[in-house]
Amino acid sequence: MGEALLEVENLHVHFPTPDGVVQAVNGISYSLGKKEILAIVGESGSGKSVGVLSLLRLIPARDCKVQGSVNFEGQNLLKLSDPEMRELRGNRIAMVFQDPMTSLNPVLRIGDQIQESVIEHQGISEKIAKSRAIELLELVGIPEAGKRYRHYPHQFSGGMRQRIMIAAGLACEPSILIADEPTTALDVTIQAQIIDLVKKLRREIGMSVIWITHDLGIVAGLADRVAVMYAGKIVEFAPVDQLFKTPQHPYSRGLLNSLPRLDARSEKPLEAIEGLPPNLINYPASCPFLERCSYQTEQCQIPPEMRSITTTHEVCCHHTEKL
Amino acid sequence: MTEPIVKVKNLSMHFGQASGFFSGPQRLVKAVDNVNLEVFEGETLGLVGESGCGKSTLGRSILQLCKPTTGTVQYRGTDLVKLEGKALRKMRNRFQMIYQDPYASLNPRMKIADIIGEPMYIHQLHPRSEIRSEVEKILKMVGLARDFADRYPHEFSGGQRQRIGIARALAAQPDFIVADEPISALDVSIQAQIINLMRNLQQQLKLTYLFIAHDLAVVRHISDRMAVMYLGKVMELTDSNTIYEDPLHPYTQSLLAAIPIPDPEKEREREANRVLLDGEVPSPENPPEGCAFCTRCPRKREVFETKKIDCSTKAPTFAEAKPGHWTACHLYT
Ligand SMILES: Nc1ncnc2c1ncn2[C@@H]1O[C@H](COP(=O)(O)OP(=O)(O)O)[C@@H](O)[C@H]1O
Ligand SMILES: Nc1ncnc2c1ncn2[C@@H]1O[C@H](COP(=O)(O)OP(=O)(O)O)[C@@H](O)[C@H]1O
Ligand code: SF4
Ligand SMILES: [Mg+2]
Ligand SMILES: [Mg+2]
Repeated sequence: MGEALLEVENLHVHFPTPDGVVQAVNGISYSLGKKEILAIVGESGSGKSVGVLSLLRLIPARDCKVQGSVNFEGQNLLKLSDPEMRELRGNRIAMVFQDPMTSLNPVLRIGDQIQESVIEHQGISEKIAKSRAIELLELVGIPEAGKRYRHYPHQFSGGMRQRIMIAAGLACEPSILIADEPTTALDVTIQAQIIDLVKKLRREIGMSVIWITHDLGIVAGLADRVAVMYAGKIVEFAPVDQLFKTPQHPYSRGLLNSLPRLDARSEKPLEAIEGLPPNLINYPASCPFLERCSYQTEQCQIPPEMRSITTTHEVCCHHTEKL
Repeated sequence: MTEPIVKVKNLSMHFGQASGFFSGPQRLVKAVDNVNLEVFEGETLGLVGESGCGKSTLGRSILQLCKPTTGTVQYRGTDLVKLEGKALRKMRNRFQMIYQDPYASLNPRMKIADIIGEPMYIHQLHPRSEIRSEVEKILKMVGLARDFADRYPHEFSGGQRQRIGIARALAAQPDFIVADEPISALDVSIQAQIINLMRNLQQQLKLTYLFIAHDLAVVRHISDRMAVMYLGKVMELTDSNTIYEDPLHPYTQSLLAAIPIPDPEKEREREANRVLLDGEVPSPENPPEGCAFCTRCPRKREVFETKKIDCSTKAPTFAEAKPGHWTACHLYT
C-alpha cells in the first residue's frame, strides 16, 4: 500500500443516554490507501456505522462525544467548521447507505438530484451538468439513462436506486466512497452487479473505498485489507489473504469457523460462538471478548492492546501464539 | 428412500382477482405457480430463491395458512386443501411454522410460559396441571434456562427469541415444520447456534423440515435436498450436493456464481470466469410468457440454435432430467 489517504487515530464515540454511556466506538485506528478497498466487518452493534458516520460528523454533536483524530488531505476532519465539513462531504468523500430511499429525495426526478450535485460541486452550466448526470447514470449501469433521467426514485427497484445513489456520490468525483452495507437489502444477483460496479469504478477512476458489511463472502471477493470489529474495537486488521488463511484473533477465527460453506458440505455441526457480545453501557474492564473466548486466561482480565504480529497484520489479543 | 410425508401437486397461489367485465387491466400475482414436490419423512428440504419469488407463499399454502388457488397438498395421505374448519384445526398441531422475525410473531404481553404453553392447551396435549413442567422441558431442549418461563419476549436477544419461536412450534408436537428464513435476521455467530439446534432437534424428535432461506450456503449445510424457485416456479430440485456440483438450470448456475464464497483465493478464480446475470426479476404481475427466466437467461440462444425452441414463447415443463434431479428448462427436454 502506498501513502495513506485517510488516517483514523484512536477514534472514540460515546453516547450519553439516560441509562448510561453507550461506548459504541472505543479507540479504533486505521489508514486507507489510495485506490484501496478496505472492508470493515463485524456483527450488528459492533460500531461499524457509528465509526464511519462520525468521520463525516454525520451524528449530531449533541448526541455523542467524539475523540481522536481523522486526517484527510492534511486536515483533521474532527476540527473542521460545519461549512467546511459540508463542502468536503459529498465532494471529496461520498457515502452510500443500506437504504437509498433515506438519502434520495422522493419528490425530485433523479436526474435533477444528480445534476444539482454536479452543479453545486463543479460550478458548471446546467446543460453540461445534465449531460454529465446522464453520463454518470450510464456509468453505473442505468439502462436508457437519457429517458430514465426524468423518473422519480419510487419508479426504480432497490438495486437501481442503489446505483443512482452511487451515481449521485460520484457526481463530484470523490476520492473516497464510504459504503455502509449497500447491498444488504438486495438480492445476491443484484448484489453481484453492484460489487462489480464498485470494482470497476476503483479501477477506472481510482477511487478508494471503505465498505462496511457483515458478510465475509463479500469481504473475500472485494477487499484489499480488512478490519474486524467487535464491541467498538478493531480486534484484527490484516490483508484479506492473511485474515482468511491465518486469522489470529479468537473472534475472527470463530466467525470464519461458524460459517456454513457453499463450496464444501460438512456433516459436522458448525462451530458456533456461544454467548452474546457485551453490553456497551456496562463495558467490560477486561478483554471485551473474554466471556465468549475459549483461549482466555487470567491475563485477559486486562484489556489487550493492538499489536503487530507481522508488518501488515495487527491483532488485539494476549494469546495469539495459541492459535 | 422413506415415504413422502408431504406431497404437493400442481399447487398454485394467485393473489388478486382476474379482471372482471368492468375492471381495468388484470392485476393477478402468480405468487406460486403450478408447483410439484415431495418432502420425505425425516429429511430437510431446502427452499431457496430471491426475495419475492414465492417461498413464503409456498410454505404458507402448504400449511393452509392461505388457501391455495388450485392444487393439492397431501399430508400423510390426507389432502389438506380439502379440509375445512374443525377437521383442519384438529390436524394443525402436526405441522408448524417457525418465522423469520420471532419478535413480531411473539405476543409481547404474554409470558414465555404462556406462549409455549398455549399450543399444548389448545390441542389438549397434556393435562393442565402438567403444562408448566412440559414448558420447562421444552425450554431446556432449546437451550434456555427454566426461569425464562416467567419473563416477557422483549427481555431476550434475537437468538433467544428464535429459540422461543422454535419452542412454541415444538410445543404442538409436530412432525413437519416449515421454517421460513429462521436465521436471516440473526448475526453470523448466532446463526450457527440456531442451525446446530435445529439439526439436533430434528434428530432427537424425528422432524421433517421445509427450510426456507435465501442464503444458499446455509441451506446446503442443513438440507438433504434443495428446491430453487424463481418467479413462483420451482426451477430445479435435487440433492444439496448435486445442486452445487452439477447445477442444471441456467438460473441455478447464475445464482451460485453470484454468491460470494469466504475464501479470497477462490473468489479470484471465480471472478475470472464469472458470468453476471443482467437485469432484474420481472414483476410477478406480468411474468414472461414462456420460461419464467427467459428475460435474463444467458443460454436461451443456445436452446434456439440447437433445439429450435423459442424460450420466450414456450414454457418448459418441470421434468426429471437425471435420476432424482428435476428441472424446468428446454436444455434438458
Ligand atoms: N444515537 C445513538 N444513541 C445511543 N446509542 C447509539 C446511537 N447510535 C448508535 N448507538 C449504539 O451504538 C452501537 C453501535 O452501533 P452501530 O455503529 O450502528 O453498529 P453496526 O453498524 O456495527 O451495526 C450500538 O449499540 C447502537 O445501539
Ligand atoms: N397476501 C398477498 N397479497 C398479494 N400479494 C402477495 C401476498 N403475499 C405475497 N404476495 C406476493 O407474492 C409474491 C411472492 O411473495 P413471497 O411468497 O413473500 O416471496 P418470498 O418469500 O420468496 O420473498 C410477491 O410478489 C408478493 O408481493
Ligand atoms: S485476549 Fe484473551 S479473551 Fe480476549 S480474545 Fe484473546 S484470548 Fe480471548
Ligand atoms: Mg450499521
Ligand atoms: Mg419470504
